[in-house]
Amino acid sequence: MSQLVMVENINLGGVGGRPKSRWTYLDNIRRSAGPFCDPDAEFGDESIAMFDSFKVLVIGAGGLGCEILKNLALSGFKNIHVIDMDTIDVSNLNRQFLFRASDVGKGKAEVAAKFVMNRVQGVKITPHNCKIQDKDDDFYMQFTLIVCGLDSIEARRWINSTLVDLVDPENPESLKPLIDGGTEGFKGQSRVVLPTMTSCLECQLDMHAPRAAVPLCTLATIPRQPEHCIEWAHIIAWEKEHPFPKLDNDDPEHIKWLTEKALARAKEFNISGVTYSLTQGVVKNIIPAIASTNAVIAASCCNEAFKIATSTNPALGMEENYMMYSGNDSIYTYTFKHEKKDDCPVCGNVARTLPVDPNLTLQEFIETLAARPEAQLKKPSIRTEEKSLYFQSPASLELKTRRNLKLKMGKLVENGEEIGITDPSLGQVSFRFKLKFSKVFVKVAMVEEKTKGEEAK
Amino acid sequence: MTEIIADQTTPILQGPTDKEKKYDRQLRLWASNGQRALEDSHVLLVNTGSGSVGIETLKNLVLPGIGKFTIADTNIVAEEDLGVNFFIDEEGLGKSRAEVCMKLLQELNPDVKGDWFPKQKTDSMTNLFQSEEMFTLIICALPIEAETLKLVKVYCHKFQVPLVSIHSAGFYSYFRIHLHGNFPIVDTHPDSTATTDLRLLTPWPELSGFAASLTESIENLDAHQHGHIPYLVLLLHYLKEWKQCHGEYPSTYNDKKAFRDTVTAGARTVTPEGGEENFDEAVAAVLKTVSPTTLSSAVKEVFDYEPTEVELKSDFWIIVDAVKKFYAKHGELPLPGSVPDMKAQSSVYVELQTIYKSKAKQDATEILETVRGQEGGNNIDAAEVDTFCKNAAFIKLIHGAGGSSKCIRSIAEEQFQADRDAEVMMTPLSLFPIYLALASTSYVASATSSEILATIEETVPGASSQERVVQVVEEVARARGGELHNISALTGGMASQEIIKIITKQYIPMDNTCVFDGIKSSTQIFRI
Ligand SMILES: [Zn+2]
Repeated sequence: MSQLVMVENINLGGVGGRPKSRWTYLDNIRRSAGPFCDPDAEFGDESIAMFDSFKVLVIGAGGLGCEILKNLALSGFKNIHVIDMDTIDVSNLNRQFLFRASDVGKGKAEVAAKFVMNRVQGVKITPHNCKIQDKDDDFYMQFTLIVCGLDSIEARRWINSTLVDLVDPENPESLKPLIDGGTEGFKGQSRVVLPTMTSCLECQLDMHAPRAAVPLCTLATIPRQPEHCIEWAHIIAWEKEHPFPKLDNDDPEHIKWLTEKALARAKEFNISGVTYSLTQGVVKNIIPAIASTNAVIAASCCNEAFKIATSTNPALGMEENYMMYSGNDSIYTYTFKHEKKDDCPVCGNVARTLPVDPNLTLQEFIETLAARPEAQLKKPSIRTEEKSLYFQSPASLELKTRRNLKLKMGKLVENGEEIGITDPSLGQVSFRFKLKFSKVFVKVAMVEEKTKGEEAK
Repeated sequence: MTEIIADQTTPILQGPTDKEKKYDRQLRLWASNGQRALEDSHVLLVNTGSGSVGIETLKNLVLPGIGKFTIADTNIVAEEDLGVNFFIDEEGLGKSRAEVCMKLLQELNPDVKGDWFPKQKTDSMTNLFQSEEMFTLIICALPIEAETLKLVKVYCHKFQVPLVSIHSAGFYSYFRIHLHGNFPIVDTHPDSTATTDLRLLTPWPELSGFAASLTESIENLDAHQHGHIPYLVLLLHYLKEWKQCHGEYPSTYNDKKAFRDTVTAGARTVTPEGGEENFDEAVAAVLKTVSPTTLSSAVKEVFDYEPTEVELKSDFWIIVDAVKKFYAKHGELPLPGSVPDMKAQSSVYVELQTIYKSKAKQDATEILETVRGQEGGNNIDAAEVDTFCKNAAFIKLIHGAGGSSKCIRSIAEEQFQADRDAEVMMTPLSLFPIYLALASTSYVASATSSEILATIEETVPGASSQERVVQVVEEVARARGGELHNISALTGGMASQEIIKIITKQYIPMDNTCVFDGIKSSTQIFRI
């Protein structure tokens, strides 16, 4: 068979003859305007030189990160940094294709960077084996754009609020486009955020509701599912018996202990379905992950990064900014504009209304904050304009505010009052909520009397 | 999730094997039977062109562990391959592209075998298709020489092998699945929210008896008991009352809203929580669960289909026939038998589960008996019938190309009309022009825009005067047949996902052509 795809070197649409090179295919696009391009965009040596000088940050060197590094390198990006604190595990090998069995235990960022640099000559990749929170504003300031392939919502929220904070209206360079990808099984999404200008990840938080947590009383008294028995073993039995000094989710002995405990409990309640694999899944909160979905989402992110950096075609951002992907029933994508929210705690300026049942104690209210799609705060410290309701730290303040935990919300705050919430894992940002009572506040004494009355009937 | 359990043969307490550890994240999606199907497969890639999209597809098949792959490619690695294909290195320059790609792909997973073709210059493609080894599925990267494509098609037709052809150029791509004959799927993995089938309007004696025993003196129950009646029992109770009062079950939307109010009114409000969770659950479930179960259009299609003589001998159609008979007799599909989690005492919930499970078992047994009475039915595994019954409401039949598919010209007319209305309807523009433009370069990659337009005009007269078609064609011509790695990686991701669905016979494959627009970042499916 002859070479079918060829670029005719003699006739290069006005550019003139040029020898075949490594970047022939890329240059077909980078050196000529298309019908959908911005008419002001330029395509030539100058624009390519500018593109070559861009520095890109990749956050995460896992399933998405490996793909992103490969894609960016083959999109012609020359200077890439990658940050990841994780080490390689054997269960990564079914999709994280820059790692081999012999790499298990080594740092992801370093192995991934080395592999791609070795394969694609001319690209420089600098690994950072640390948490994103370890880096300061100056570090983030050096990049043209940031591509994110993370599995943690917390890390996403941190980088999002950091990049929104970084924007200085006087300095256009301070606005760093954030391109974020995420997958779960056959589904995923990719989105482009232009911090302060378009809907940010926090504006979109309720699109990614956390899995509902099982109430403690269900675990303790009325388990019905194998998962309930596992959670019981995980939360209650482990705390009580401490079979090992510290629970290590990756230690088979520990998972085996939990499985045994869960099995015994399941037997007591006639519940079937507890297995080692399920126990591991529940305890580690394992999300199914495959190479194909990662490939789709990572490539979509990198395609947007390439378009933003080269203006070779319009990118997602100002108009449509969100692509939803679903691959379990045929293939379905939905690309739309997610609107920026005025009451976004990170990029908005209005307090967000939060319905609250005044009959909950502060403790119960705090527990609901973790589960609420629009809040998802796990370790919140809460204050009103006048007083501190509860502080996780420092210890002295925690001790002082601890007794409030038992008090009902209706007693602590007024209907319509504004509260401020901070969560150490999410950086400097303070979440402003305006509380709106969803039910009538029932005084406790009355409830007890009425209930007694009911029973007497 | 609870359905996906490691092999039945491994004792529950035993930790995972090395292979289970490596494949843990995917076994949670397609379980050990899906994995086995992958491991038994042999995928051939006929690679041509700038050559990246097929390799990216294979990458996503090698990683999850297909049995074997073969790359057929007559090209020699050239400088520009290094700028678009990740599975080629500097050392490969001047060598066979098939060989270099095969080696670098195989490195990803030592469990997978790899082969390449041609090993000698004199080998012709005909030799490849004469080998004794059978291919499970063939991937064909476009553009391709017409002669080679013909060989591939003949092979696929002769051995009924699925063919996936892929074309990626610049910011655009499409891929197309050619299945031979009909492709039925039992294990479609519907969303867990869709599978709730409680039969509240047709409770069988065991269920209504149990519900009645729990709600007999509902007014007198203490707070704990009252707050722990499972919501499905609550609904059965109030439905019975409603029927006694109205003579029939609530059927219209307004009826159901009124019924919902009745349920709400039954909750005790003076509790420490200011309400009862089980009643909240019942109220929330009214609209979804208080309706007669109807056949989905997908199941109707299966029931209405008349299988050929050959098809009739397959397990699938034998079981379908038995299920059809069951449906004709009872007016309902076999009960799947699962009960969603709900607030309840452990023992009560387990009892409910048992009631549903034994009804499901009873239904499956009846169907198995019918199956056994049919020709060829004796060889069918009872477990297969069980699985079928669990999924009966979600079975799906994908038709091979041909049959009900539309010709290109009529799809084009339909799509152009939709585009004329797009602004008023606020719908995105059709991606069909992308398919037309790429398909016009199936054999020659670097055509000029006027050449592409001329080819389109031959298939769809009048198309070349449409502004959108002209623009799309210009965009295709801009790429000069070269791939952008991102677009090929994305397309390879989607194609490999579909190949996995076809090989594992799980989830629902795309039917049959998927077009991707990398400018708007969207896809559209056409049945061509
Ligand atoms: Zn925001």
